[in-house]
Amino acid sequence: MTIDAALPSPPRRKRPSIFARIWAGQAGPVAVVCAAILGFWYVMCLPMNGDLPSMPPGGTLAERYAAAWALDRPVLPAPHQVLMELRTSTCGRLASEAAFPSAEFIGNFFSCEIRWTPRNLLFHAVVTVSSTLVGFGLGALLGIGLAVLIVHSVTLRKSLMPWIIASQTIPILAIAPIIIVVLANQGITGLLPKAIISAYLCFFPVAIGMVKGLNSPDVLSLDLMRTYNASRLETFLKLRLPAAVPFLFASLKVAIAISLVGAIVGELPSGATAGLGARMLSGSYYGQTVQIWAALFLAAFVAALMVALVGVIERGILKAMGARP
Amino acid sequence: MDAQQRNDKAQADAAARPVIEARDLSLTFETGDGPVYALSHVDLSVNEGEFVSFIGPSGCGKTTLLRVIADLEHATSGTITVNGLTPEQARLARQYGYVFQAPALYPWRTVIKNVMLPLEIMGMGRAEREERARRNLDLVNLAGFDKKFPWQLSGGMQQRASIARALSFDPKLLLMDEPFGALDEIVRDKLNEQLLRLWDDTGKTVVFVTHSIPEAVFLSTKIVVMSPRPGRIIDIIPCDFPRDRTLDIRETPEFLAVAHRVREGLRAGHSYDD
Repeated sequence: MTIDAALPSPPRRKRPSIFARIWAGQAGPVAVVCAAILGFWYVMCLPMNGDLPSMPPGGTLAERYAAAWALDRPVLPAPHQVLMELRTSTCGRLASEAAFPSAEFIGNFFSCEIRWTPRNLLFHAVVTVSSTLVGFGLGALLGIGLAVLIVHSVTLRKSLMPWIIASQTIPILAIAPIIIVVLANQGITGLLPKAIISAYLCFFPVAIGMVKGLNSPDVLSLDLMRTYNASRLETFLKLRLPAAVPFLFASLKVAIAISLVGAIVGELPSGATAGLGARMLSGSYYGQTVQIWAALFLAAFVAALMVALVGVIERGILKAMGARP
Repeated sequence: MDAQQRNDKAQADAAARPVIEARDLSLTFETGDGPVYALSHVDLSVNEGEFVSFIGPSGCGKTTLLRVIADLEHATSGTITVNGLTPEQARLARQYGYVFQAPALYPWRTVIKNVMLPLEIMGMGRAEREERARRNLDLVNLAGFDKKFPWQLSGGMQQRASIARALSFDPKLLLMDEPFGALDEIVRDKLNEQLLRLWDDTGKTVVFVTHSIPEAVFLSTKIVVMSPRPGRIIDIIPCDFPRDRTLDIRETPEFLAVAHRVREGLRAGHSYDD
């Protein structure tokens, strides 16, 4: 008999139930917080909308809530109004007037045929996302480039660093119209001015993160390169750059989210007719609060999607670079 | 001088050819609290094929001396040559391999890629890089671990990988700065034996920094006892056990006598005072 066989085997653990596992993960707590926010939101609709002239006078509390949740131009639209606006502004009107709990309504809600017209909210999202991505690319390259210069030259660090920090103390809302006007004067309009505003915002976290990352190798690792008589370029490529990758991705996640903010802000003063920013602006002109909220939610969703995408790429690259699972 | 004489002389030179020669070497660090005399009037020579240990308490300058040899620090005064060159020339010619206190493996490289790092920098071809890396991983008993990342290895294995990396470009001189200091005694004993075999097989010159008396006596052909404030050499103790010694010699009276002399040297240098 081997020693192994003589040892008692560990007790087999019961597999936890699906509910226990959901609760142990992120889904459970997130769902609870979401439900609390939705509840609070529905409750607040009456205090916010109750004094509007479009509210019918009198009635019980239940009637007043029902009315407050169904206004055409509420101050605070109910969540389901925003959801319906998202549905109709992306896939067109529902096929019939059937109301919520019916099977017909649910069938209508999910049978979606996207018409690619400038009235479609997805069209606006694509316009904003394209300038976001161009701006993100420009900003990331600028940030990495600045970081490389700063790490390799004390003079550049001393001269550039104050300007980099000062650049972020200027409100983007103040500088965005200037950029739009100056570039329009040079005949540059459309996507590029918005992308530049995005880049202006998002180069900063990339530069700061990369400086930290490129400086992260310890003295030992740098001394090692010295004993091999490695050139600065080799030390950069084989030590500093790989060491900076985790820092870079942490910065890129911040950068892509604020790049979207930059693109939206860039659409406000430019008189743009397309883009999520333009939709928000026209919604506020015409008192279409539901439209603003729908654009807002789509923007948040798109930002979450882009951050998640960067996260997936990060995981893949870090895994290839031997990170602990 | 006839051919026979010349041959004899060449052999005699080879036997005692100095690899490292330091004369009146001093190094002072200027700090905010005033100067720190890290090394003070150090005279030392290390001959080819020797295994020389620097021993002393923390702050005695043993690591600093090793770093001066490696051109990682610069002496304030005095002269030092490495293979007849200045330390800088020797470093530029990649004449030594350096093993640090920590393995300093790059975490994003597999073990074999870590061992190949110096070879890449030297511009060696892919096939030769790989062949040399495998040979040196074999030498430190890490064959089969080439595709692993450093975190998948134990501390002792990581340090062995870093020794393989230092050996990969076949330097004649190996500088080791407390390479086993962070390991437990059982692993350390095993690695000491392996290092001794390696030194015996390859005929390298090894300069080894340690603060363990048994380690120094077991490994060395020459022990340099140092003392702090200022960092200076107290005693140089020859230690000529057979090259194929095993851990068993640590119980012999000869071994204990050398260890006693090292301890006396440390005491004379006030190493045990506060």
